[in-house]
Amino acid sequence: MLPMFDGIDWLGVFFYILSAVIVVSALLVVFSKNIVHSVLWLVISFIAVAGIFITLNADFLALIQVMVYAGAICIMVVLGIMLIKRDDMNKTNMFNSQLYFGGAVALMVTFLTGFASYKINYSGNPPMVPENSVESIATLLLSKYVIPFEVVALLLTVTLVGAIYIAREVKADADS
Amino acid sequence: MQMDFSVIIPEIAMVSLGVLVLILGLILPKKSLPRLGWFTSFSLIGILALVVLNWNNVGTVSGGLYLIDQFSQFFKVIFLTAAILVVFGSMAYVDKHLGGQAEYYSILVFSTLGMMVMASANDFITMYLGLELMTISFIVLVCFRRNDSESLEAGMKYVLLAGISSAVLLYGLSLIYGIAGTVLVVEVGMILAVQQSLPLLLVGVVMLVAGLGFKIAAVPFHMWAPDVYQGAPTPITSFLAVGSKMASFAILIRIFVLGMFGVSLSWGILMAILAGVTIIIGNLVAIPQTNIKRLMAYSGIAQAGYILVGMVTASQAGVKAIMFYGFIYIFAVVGVFTAISYYYNLTGSDEIKDYAGLSQRSPLMAATMVVSMLTMAGIPPFAGFVGKFYLFMTVVENYLWLAIIGLIMSMVSVYYYLMVVLVMYRDRPQDSSPIVVSLPVRMTLIFTMLVSVVLGVYPGPLSEIINKAALSFFMH
Repeated sequence: MLPMFDGIDWLGVFFYILSAVIVVSALLVVFSKNIVHSVLWLVISFIAVAGIFITLNADFLALIQVMVYAGAICIMVVLGIMLIKRDDMNKTNMFNSQLYFGGAVALMVTFLTGFASYKINYSGNPPMVPENSVESIATLLLSKYVIPFEVVALLLTVTLVGAIYIAREVKADADS
Repeated sequence: MQMDFSVIIPEIAMVSLGVLVLILGLILPKKSLPRLGWFTSFSLIGILALVVLNWNNVGTVSGGLYLIDQFSQFFKVIFLTAAILVVFGSMAYVDKHLGGQAEYYSILVFSTLGMMVMASANDFITMYLGLELMTISFIVLVCFRRNDSESLEAGMKYVLLAGISSAVLLYGLSLIYGIAGTVLVVEVGMILAVQQSLPLLLVGVVMLVAGLGFKIAAVPFHMWAPDVYQGAPTPITSFLAVGSKMASFAILIRIFVLGMFGVSLSWGILMAILAGVTIIIGNLVAIPQTNIKRLMAYSGIAQAGYILVGMVTASQAGVKAIMFYGFIYIFAVVGVFTAISYYYNLTGSDEIKDYAGLSQRSPLMAATMVVSMLTMAGIPPFAGFVGKFYLFMTVVENYLWLAIIGLIMSMVSVYYYLMVVLVMYRDRPQDSSPIVVSLPVRMTLIFTMLVSVVLGVYPGPLSEIINKAALSFFMH
């Protein structure tokens, strides 16, 4: 913390800076004409979300956010784009005819949710985050949250088996 | 932390069965793969017996996150029964059209497990993960017809729309969590009971209704259902119509009737309007359909509307009515779809006009379709009448208009169901050779028909059991 600016709520400042980055980059994801640029803005947006997690002391979550979302997911999206490349990359992220209607609905939902969230006072003090959050998460995952944890494992199994089955069938048929 | 794992033995058995089927598929010789269907169905019967034997073995696991009460036990009976009937009904279809038996049966088992987790989940996280386990399994199963662009298109639509609905649902859940500060449904209920109605809560409720409305295919979130139902392999369509719908109702009941009981006035009217619109649109749009699977999809939308009626009053009678109707609904739907998929196996057609003269070619298939459709229409003496009676009784007092809409639209539904019956019984078949129905399909057809008749004439014992189960739901 910088001593000469004592009295400023640094967490608040960071929150607003990060939020601005998230909102602007999320808008650019939608409005970029080139879908590869959209993905790059998406990475920025994910990293800023990770920053918010850090201000909340959720460092493990921030790490996962960067690794999984900014890393793996965006690379998967880029791979997908590579497989379905079009002639002109500047026409890859187009709007359909519902732009104004969709925009109006989105604005309305934003306004409603924002208004409703503003009206509520989040009472109660959240419990302190332990210093070493990774260890506590590990303990919780294998004790209290063991059932959801196992369900996630099965979910991944099913996804893998399903993906392999569907993809394998296509290949086998191309051979024959 | 000590845990009593004896109450989740059925779930553990399901996991083992799913993995075992997958492994057996790898080590068995190719020609004995079709036997996996028999293996899966008899194992599922065993697990169903486990659930029934453990009927009174109730409790919680992992600190209240996972709740086993008679309510969830009953829903597990519903899902397992549906899964058993679907496996019996799909063996011929899988062998002829799909292949990949091990993957098919194992993913079917996992999706049933997802439903069971949903029925027992007492917190938002477990609920959501159960829902995703079920949905992702269904996405794979919907795409299972290899090289059929219709099936892949259905799968693609289902992926996209399920993703959006999950996002909306999650956002709603996060808003509720923000208000209540806990993910446990029971605790959410206690906190919301003492709070006045907040605008944010309403936003959350609307998002939950939208997200879950998609899963039960309620109007206006129903657009995916006809396309996906039509494109999916027929046995999967029937499982989607009963399993996915009833599991989503289980968490709908859990979140709304248990978690938001204190604010039931603010969502009761929303549910009532949703139910009314769903009943009207589902039934009216079903009339002009020419494809039997699309007809059943719209009829399924209307059925979701009827079941929603039980939610409106947030009462024990309503929960009981939903459970009763859900139980008879599986037999009606599986009966019809088993006949449809077997007929498709022979003729390769799902058009209603191709059902001409089915009564001469296979009296059993025609009779099962008639009984099941009349059950869905709610004609006495079949079971659907009793179910609808329980459902509409709950709203007669405060929402009489809803009961009237339901009654009128049930009459409308008789029209399009009987149109199919007319084609089967009046018209002459193009090919009049008799159809030989294979053993598992014959068992399924006879069994579903018997249940529809017996429960219609003698609903007493089942009704008693469900009364107790619905009571257990309110005991937390």
